[in-house]
Amino acid sequence: MSNDRRLSAPGQLAAGDDLPSAGTATAELPDEPLAEFAVQHGLRPSAERPPVGLYIRSLWQRRHFIMAFATARNIAMYTEARLGQLWQVLTPLLNAGVYFLIFGLLLHINRGIPNYLGFLVTGVFVFNFTQRAFISTSTVITESLPLIRALRFPRAALPLAYVMIELQQMLLSMVVLAVILLITGEPITWYWLLAIPVLLMQTVFNIGCGLATARLGSTVNDFSQLLPFLMRTWLYVSGVLFQISTLDIARKYVAILQINPAAIYITLMRESLLETQRESQPGAKPYNAQLCHVWATLGHRAGASQQLQMDSAYCHAVTNPAHYWYYGIAWAVLALVVGFYFFWRAEAQYGRG
Amino acid sequence: MAAAEPMVVVDDLHVVYRVFGAGGDRGTAATALLRILGRKTRGSIREVHAIRGVSFVAYRGDAVGVIGRNGSGKTTLLRAIAGLLPPEQGNVYTDGDAALLGVNAALLDDLTGERNVVLGCLAMGMTKKETKEKYPSIVDFSGIGEFVDLPMKHYSTGMGSRLRFAIAASKSQDILLVDEALATGDAEFRVKSHARIEELRQEAGTVFLVAHNLEEVELTCNRVIWMERGQIVTQGEDVTGIIDRYIEASGGTPVDRDPVTGRRVHSRVPAKT
Repeated sequence: MSNDRRLSAPGQLAAGDDLPSAGTATAELPDEPLAEFAVQHGLRPSAERPPVGLYIRSLWQRRHFIMAFATARNIAMYTEARLGQLWQVLTPLLNAGVYFLIFGLLLHINRGIPNYLGFLVTGVFVFNFTQRAFISTSTVITESLPLIRALRFPRAALPLAYVMIELQQMLLSMVVLAVILLITGEPITWYWLLAIPVLLMQTVFNIGCGLATARLGSTVNDFSQLLPFLMRTWLYVSGVLFQISTLDIARKYVAILQINPAAIYITLMRESLLETQRESQPGAKPYNAQLCHVWATLGHRAGASQQLQMDSAYCHAVTNPAHYWYYGIAWAVLALVVGFYFFWRAEAQYGRG
Repeated sequence: MAAAEPMVVVDDLHVVYRVFGAGGDRGTAATALLRILGRKTRGSIREVHAIRGVSFVAYRGDAVGVIGRNGSGKTTLLRAIAGLLPPEQGNVYTDGDAALLGVNAALLDDLTGERNVVLGCLAMGMTKKETKEKYPSIVDFSGIGEFVDLPMKHYSTGMGSRLRFAIAASKSQDILLVDEALATGDAEFRVKSHARIEELRQEAGTVFLVAHNLEEVELTCNRVIWMERGQIVTQGEDVTGIIDRYIEASGGTPVDRDPVTGRRVHSRVPAKT
């Protein structure tokens, strides 16, 4: 048990280095082997993780803790600021303001997308929810170490609470988003109700991924350094700033990008909230080669009319938009199952630090 | 003792810490790159063999004092009992859950004392109603009064540890591990916490107490474990005798002893209320 990489606990006896023989140290132990003795009396290994069923039940029992923890953290986040809780609304407003300044006023970029500002802000807010969930859960275990070490509770409660914090922020962002969309001329329709199931699926997806990142961030320190770069790459390939179908790459890559979870939730949210998106989605109208070509050329010109931009509806869809709901559900379930299992496997290790 | 019910069984326990960022290279980007290119294992990972083969049994109603110098593995032992550090070899068996109270462990620093109480109770599995019922008694026990509205990071060390103890002790824990958590409390709090530990023992719990204040160990505990270099030097129910030997081994002389019985003759801390 000794090599140069290993240190023993320090300290030594003043009387010399010899420790008393095992005889005195174990004088009070029972005769039988300790492991058998423990099992006989119904004792269980302390660092053992509970079975899945029991774990889920104790997690459900802690639901009030999860919500109270999320609310308390949300409040604490802004207590040092003068404007306090107002920042919860100001943050998404300023976010939208920046994009309005750059894309609405300075850069007259036209990507053949009607109501580009609404398209952009919806994408940014939806992606932000997933991004923040990933980044905050990657540090949840190290941040809550004192709590983990002091009290025994299912550790999955912590990443769950952090996703709930982000959900609370997201709900406020949605209110801001609704106002922006109304200003940009989108009508209120029954389709807006579809935003609720989209948000639900995305939340489940974020919980699953958050559990996985929480475990990764608890042991691999390099992970939280790498995460911002991964997230930024994900942002650019998920069609937050542009329509994925307009990328000049092979159709199969377009298809892969379109069904990636972030793109799925962004697209579903856009189609729920933006009438212009619903009606200009490729495949929304019967294929018409001529009109599609007009959109691909004239529709992208600066100052193109909204009518021309809507003509993308006459192009072929690469992936079938009718299937996006199934993808959304599949991603959410997959992330939850895999993430939960992955997190639960290391349940006994999180207090280690 | 044979009829007594064991609560904690520690069977030939070894615990090894892996420490990142220990000394070694100069810690620059260039040295890190050279290390990776040279396919060398990371030089700055060190293993600390903190517990080296510890075995003992603690029974229901025991208050076990753990003594030994700094770095002898007392805190590590408590963390292993709490199930926070997986054993490298051997195992720890417990009957029920263990709650660990450490000296520096604020629960949630930037939240108010009030929220810490509520969150602590909920995390321990109390319902909302139970939390509401316990709240006044916890705040009352901690004695921090109106400071309960302040974020815990603005508390003094003593106030923080009082509140933490009050939270953890509010539920009758099966096993309560107290790691120097009482050291920063004032006289009044010591009396109260002493009484509460006594109560927890009556409620059929087991208490482990790590303290450098040997008088406290002597008054609170019915058994003591003396650790040195990650191993048990000696353990037993002769609390005073073992403490005296520990004091002598550290180069001191026990004071306040009755020359005939060897017992402590007087105490500044009332034993029971």
